[in-house]
Amino acid sequence: MADNTHNHEGHGGTEIPKASTAIIWRTFIILSVITAFEFTLAFFMKAGGLRTSIFVGMTLVKAFYIVGEFMHLKHEVKSLIWAITIPVLFIVWLLIALMTEGGSIFELR
Amino acid sequence: MGGVEPMNVSYGKLMMWFFLISDTFTFSALLVTYGLIRYSYPSWDPAIYGEVFKFSNLYWPTPEKVYNSLPFLHGIDLPLIFVGIMTFILIFSSVTMVLAVEAGHRMDRKDVDKYMLWTILGGLTFLGSQAWEWSHFIHGTEQGTVINEIINGQTIQRTIFGANLVENQYGPPAFADLFFFITGFHGTHVLSGVVLNVLIFYRSATGLYERRGHYEMVEKVGLYWHFVDLVWVFVFTFFYLV
Repeated sequence: MADNTHNHEGHGGTEIPKASTAIIWRTFIILSVITAFEFTLAFFMKAGGLRTSIFVGMTLVKAFYIVGEFMHLKHEVKSLIWAITIPVLFIVWLLIALMTEGGSIFELR
Repeated sequence: MGGVEPMNVSYGKLMMWFFLISDTFTFSALLVTYGLIRYSYPSWDPAIYGEVFKFSNLYWPTPEKVYNSLPFLHGIDLPLIFVGIMTFILIFSSVTMVLAVEAGHRMDRKDVDKYMLWTILGGLTFLGSQAWEWSHFIHGTEQGTVINEIINGQTIQRTIFGANLVENQYGPPAFADLFFFITGFHGTHVLSGVVLNVLIFYRSATGLYERRGHYEMVEKVGLYWHFVDLVWVFVFTFFYLV
């Protein structure tokens, strides 16, 4: 840490590199377009299994861009990517288990 | 692999990732619970409950009938517009956060400060919007909903306005409970995110990170902030759209 502090002491004089933000704005546009599309579907498509699956699919695409680009996970080492994504499978299991349960409560009511 | 920086990320970042995984489980548990209770109730069906949708505790309310108001536009039916604006505010504040992280990589203090301020502004705007949304939800519509109650063997008619944890005019009690818990828990995360962002802004503006030689704290808090945005994307889909 001490070395770092020393290296940047004279930083004010050096040129700051130009920002490279093309990927950030591209990701933003993708997220916005998907959200806008979801809105259109919410108004113009009849509620049902198909619409719900489209919504879930698009949400996962948005999640991919937020985690992959904004949180930079796409560019980390493979072991970190797997360490983060594999535990999420437990949620899928919980979802399937409890949705089945909900359906069965509905039948019994 | 291994050594001081396992998986090629610093200790702080790795721990932030593991914290976020545990937070993911908390939020998933809440959202999956929503799914469980939502599916244990019937949906509104015109063939059974009448052609015109009205609030009733017999079935789960259709979201666009509940969330259809905008500040200053009283009495106009604008389904999901406000929550859509909130979504864009949060996505945009996520973008300004990555821009701050990017500026940190270039050791550009001015840009970090600028984008942190935008991010804080976005977070505060979102919190304000949510406060309005809650207040509207709690106070309810002008007409309220008339319910029939059986008390001591007699049927009594009563009008309910708005919502609390025990009863609400929109649908079954669990509907409002889940609304308060899930959006409230998310709002608490946004609030703590804003507090962290203010702290980071202060430390960057006073030159601490420049003296330290790197802006890694911006990245760590950035991870948290993006996570809050990510959760909102899921809340938005499962609570408001489906």
